[in-house]
Parts: sequence; structure tokens; C-alpha cells
Amino acid sequence: MNDVLVAKNVSKHFGDFKALNDVSIAVPKGSIFGLLGPNGAGKTTLIRIINQITMPDSGSVFLDGNPLKPTDIQNIGYLPEERGLYKSMKVGEQALYLAQLKGMSKQDAKDRLKYWFDKLEIGDWWNKKIQELSKGQAQKIQFIVTVLHRPKLLIFDEPFSGFDPINATLIKDEILQLRDEGATVIFSTHRMESVEELCDHIALIHKSNKILDGKLNDIKRQYKTNTFEVGLQTSNPDDVVNSIKSKFEVLPATFKNLNDDIKLNIKLSEPTSSNDLLTFLTSKAEVHHFVEVIPSANDIFIQTVTNN
Amino acid sequence: MNHLSLIIKREYLTKVRNKSFIIMTFLSPMIMIGLIALVAYLSQINNNQNRNISILDETGLFNTVFADSEHIKYTFLNDISLDNAKELVNSKEEYGLLYIKKSNDSIQPYEDAKFYSEDSPSLTIISSLEDKIEKKLTDLKLVQDGVDIEKIKSSRTYITIGQESFEGQKTSKIDSYLKLAFGGAAGYLLFMFIIIYGNMIMRSVIEEKTSRIIEVIISSVKPIQLMMGKIIGTSLAGVTQFVIWVILGGVMVFVVSAIFGIDLMQIQSPQQEMIQQAMASSDAQNQAQEFMTAFLNLPILNLCVAFLFFFLGGFLLYSSLYAAIGAAVDSETDTQQFMMPIIMPLVLAVYVGVFTVIEDPHGTVSTVFSFIPFTSPVVMLMRIPFGVPIWQQILSFTLLVGTFVFTVWFAAKIYRVGILMYGKKPSYKELFKWLKY
Repeated sequence: MNDVLVAKNVSKHFGDFKALNDVSIAVPKGSIFGLLGPNGAGKTTLIRIINQITMPDSGSVFLDGNPLKPTDIQNIGYLPEERGLYKSMKVGEQALYLAQLKGMSKQDAKDRLKYWFDKLEIGDWWNKKIQELSKGQAQKIQFIVTVLHRPKLLIFDEPFSGFDPINATLIKDEILQLRDEGATVIFSTHRMESVEELCDHIALIHKSNKILDGKLNDIKRQYKTNTFEVGLQTSNPDDVVNSIKSKFEVLPATFKNLNDDIKLNIKLSEPTSSNDLLTFLTSKAEVHHFVEVIPSANDIFIQTVTNN
Repeated sequence: MNHLSLIIKREYLTKVRNKSFIIMTFLSPMIMIGLIALVAYLSQINNNQNRNISILDETGLFNTVFADSEHIKYTFLNDISLDNAKELVNSKEEYGLLYIKKSNDSIQPYEDAKFYSEDSPSLTIISSLEDKIEKKLTDLKLVQDGVDIEKIKSSRTYITIGQESFEGQKTSKIDSYLKLAFGGAAGYLLFMFIIIYGNMIMRSVIEEKTSRIIEVIISSVKPIQLMMGKIIGTSLAGVTQFVIWVILGGVMVFVVSAIFGIDLMQIQSPQQEMIQQAMASSDAQNQAQEFMTAFLNLPILNLCVAFLFFFLGGFLLYSSLYAAIGAAVDSETDTQQFMMPIIMPLVLAVYVGVFTVIEDPHGTVSTVFSFIPFTSPVVMLMRIPFGVPIWQQILSFTLLVGTFVFTVWFAAKIYRVGILMYGKKPSYKELFKWLKY
């Protein structure tokens, strides 16, 4: 079994409202899995079902091939979007309490906490109360508490909100490192640039249904239109453009370049290959810029959601 | 360590370490004792005031009636007109002037009496003056009608009816008052405990919701564990506070009365007064003995066991409801609409306890209410000193436990859904829907 987490045909109603409709996902081991979707699509419900906070009406969830059981909370680390800590409790005490609730022994929790506090250079916060910390500082504690018990599955809901760019990078690197150490990460966010940066797999949930699922690169390949962005330099631009237009489907393009070039998006149709296009272009003009247009996660998101 | 004990420990420690909790724990008994001491002190000052009252008695009948007491001195004025007497008393700044007017009737010379004073006089003084005049006039009349007062005095008899149950157990009035005191104290204690610590549980649930930590916690533990942990932890904190109050209160009563020489016990509650009245009617020698037998006659073992069980059962029943309310709302101001149905049965229980159990501990009303789970803890605790058959206690407790299991299930449902609901002010209809989620 190569999938750490599998959800099969999960449905959930709240009264008359259908929050999830027959949703299945499989999260491969060692991947960073992006769970995407517009607000209110049902992501949080799915995450809560995985965390056994709510029970599905039908369908089942498997962790490492076995149906979820109450003790599995020790294997999952969850950073909810609505996060918080006991404001009047001391940092160290609180972290110890939460770690023990996850099944760690007190000594083990202490050792791990020391490791993380040293790593993030916040050792002197131990006796501070949460209300004395800034929001970003509290977020750091929250992150540590989430990963402290070395869960094999980490679930982050908008992990970067509230962080400045420096700390966001710090946390991002920690997530990547945890992944490299063998953890699997489910990552729910609206920030497409971090999806682009981190995720290998994505699933898109829209109006309670899963409408897209797979490796990010496969999806991009699926969504690409065989379009190439080219920049050309020539003495008689009109002739060149016309001769290109007679052979290919051409759209205007905008990109930044040093020279005042002809800028075009050229869409290829089978069986023409990119090499054929390049050969054709070099015979007509000097090629300064030649890039395949790959749809961004943002484009895919908007396109799929609006088409549905 | 398992989750429940971890949660209980945290809840207990957070409550106990909370600054306002500590301040309340140590300050309340001081304030209470301080207030009682102040009242005692003030009333003592008041009683200590010496008062001079002048009497202008035109009839001459009352010369022997007004004897000086510790704080009141009487002066008789003779051969002086009323106006002059008033002026004189006013100029001497005495408390007041009692004027007894003579009528023309030689057989019954008393016409009426008036009390002149600067400020309106104290009620007790007026009624004591009235008593004295009334008594003298009654005696006079009896003599005039040819009745021998000595005979009346000697023929006056005092009796007490001895009470004995069919099983041969001797009881007395003291007994009843003692039972009443025990039952009342137990019921009232439970009532107070539920109100104070139920609210505390509710607030702590709301706090978890507003600080948004709830989702982190319940991704680790089951909501019902969290709820039970909260209830148990808070009750333990409550018991701690109560014990400290009792100990501190005791010590302070001792210290204050030693320092200021004020006998705090002099300030009597109505119950103490009743006990004393009951005692007054019996022989002084027997008093202590009777009190002891009355005390030993109480079903002490039954009382302790029942107190423990009903107290626990009642508190858990109500506190699970408080927890559910806390989970259903976003802030304390939204709790009002849900508080009514909780407070109503509690208040009802106390009223039933106070008004019917005293009159008739085994009457229909008391019996019925000691079976209804929401009133049974308070009412049953008040009834038990009067002797309730064991089967009734067991039945009532079984009903209580059954209801408790149901309310915990109900509260846990509301709790599970409610703690993750933000920004909504739920209606009863909505709560009902949550049960089905």
C-alpha cells in the first residue's frame, strides 16, 4: 500500500445541506497533497472527518490501509484554520499538555519540545503566557505543537496565514524537511503560489464534489494547450507575422523582454511538434524567446471552478 | 496517563491557579465574617446606649411598674404640667417623655398614654412600654372583678408533649428542628454549588470556543472526554474552594470572637431561634442530653451516603447542561435564553423543599418532587433526615442516574456540534437539529 491515507466515497450531510458528496482521495506516502477548493466547498469537513472530529454519513477512511481508529490521532498532526491556544496558560505547560493528549510521555514531550524550541530559537518563551506573545509568535508555538509527536500524516489548513515572509519561509522549509524525513502532508490553502511551490498532488473540491485529482504535473500536462510563447526580431515584421498566421493559430502575447520584438502566442495542433515550429521560426527571423505556456495552478483553479 | 485524567488535572490547576479564584477563595470568608462581625458590633453599640425616659403619671398607678433596666432609666416627674414636663425633658436631652393621662372615672382612672420624643422612638421601646401598662391595667381589672391574681399565677401550667415513634424511638421538637436544619443546609448547599460551579463550567467552555483552541483539542480527544474532564475538574476545584471556605470561616469566627469579644453566635438565624425556643420549653438539665439524642437519632449513615450520591448526581446532571449551553453559544451574553429552563427547576426544587417538606416531609407534593430527577437531589436531601424508606431513595437515585446518562448524551451531542459552530446564535429549533447530526 503506497497511499498513507485513503478516503473512499465519503459523504456528509448537515441537516439539508450536503457538505461532501461521494468524495474519494488517495494521498501517496511522502507527498505534499494540496486540498484545494473555494470557500465553503467542503475541505474543512473532509479534514475534520480525517481527524475523526466528525463522522461521515457514509464512506470510510483508511490510514496505512486500515480503517481509522481512535488511537490513530497519535499518527496525525492537525493545524486547523481556526487556531488558538489557551491564552492564560504558559507556553511550555500548554505544549506539554497538548503533546500528552496526543499520547506522548511527559519526558519524551519535554525532549522534543527542547529540540524544537532550540531549532526555532524560542527557548526563552517557555514561561511566557500565550497572551504575551504576538500572533505570529503564537503561530510558531501552534506549529510546534502540531508536529511535535512525529505524526506520519500532517494536515495544515492555511499554515502560512499570520506569518511574515521570513517566518513563512522558515515554516515552509520545516514542512519540506518533515516531508523529507518521511511524513506525508495534506495542505489546504487558497494561496496558489504556495501550491505551485510545494504540492506534488492536488485535489480540487467544489460544491461538495471532487472535480479534479492527480499529480500536479499530470494535471498541468492535461490542461496545457500546446501553446508556445515566442519573441522574434526581424526587419520586416508584417511579412513574418503574416506568414506565421497562414500556417499556425496565433494569439497576441504579453511578456517582458529587453527588445521591441514581435510577441506571439502560437498554438500548435497535431502533428506539428515544437521543433517543427522552431525550425520554421528560425528560417523567418531571429528567435529571442521560446517558451511553452504551462497553465499555473491559479489558472487551473479558476478554469475548473468556473466551468463547473 | 490517559486523556481524562490529563484534562481533569489541567482544568483543576487552571481554575485553582486563576487569580480571581484565589482572591475569591480567601477574600469571601473574610468579607462574610467581617460583615457579620460588623453587624454584631453595631447592634451591640446600639444596645449599649443608655436611655433616660421621664414619666409623667397623672394616675399614680404605675409607680412600681417601671423598674430601671440595664440600658433604660426611668425618672418620675411629679407636680408639673405637661408643657413644662416636655420642656424639661427636651432641655435635658433625654430620650423621651411618657405621659399617662388621668380620666375622671375614679374606678378606672387611666384614659390614654402618649410618648413625646425628639426623633421617632424605637419600636421595641414603645412595645415594651405598652406591655408594662397593659399588664398593670389587666391586673388591676382582675382585682377589681374580685379575682385572686396569686391563684392565676399558681394555676398556670407548662407542658411538653413527648414524642415517640411506633418503633419506640423517642423524638422531640429539637429533633425536628435539627432534621430541618440538616436537610435545609444540604439542599441549599447543592443549589449554591450548582449555580456557582455550573456557571464556571459554562464559562470555561465558552473560553475554549472564543480562543479557538477547541478544534486542536478535539482532534486529540473525544468531545465527551473533554466535557467530562471539565465537569470533574471544575467540581474538584469547587470542592477545594468550599473546604477552604469552611476551614477559613471556622478559624476566623474563632479569631474574631476572641479578639473583639463579640459572641457571633448571638446573631441568630431563624433556625437557631427555633431550636432555642424548643429548648426553652424543656428542662435546662435535659437540654444538652436531648440535643445529643436528637442528633444521634438522625439517620447519620444514610444521610452521609445519600448526601454524597444525590449531591454528585444532581451536580453532574446540571453541569452537563451548563456545558451544553456553553458549547451552543458564542459569548456569555447569549446564554440568557437557555439559562431559564435550567434555573427554573432548581428554584422550584428549593421552594418545594422550603415550603412543603417542612410542613409535611412525606406528603404527596414532597414525595413526587423527590422523584422528579431535576428537583429530586435538592428535595430528597431535605427529606432524608426525616427518614425516607430506602426503596424510595434507591428508586429516586436510579431515576436521577438514568436522566443523568440521558442529559450527558444530549449535552455531548450539542457540545460536539456546538463547539465547532461560530458566529451563529442558535435557536432551540437549531439545537434540536444538531441532535441529528
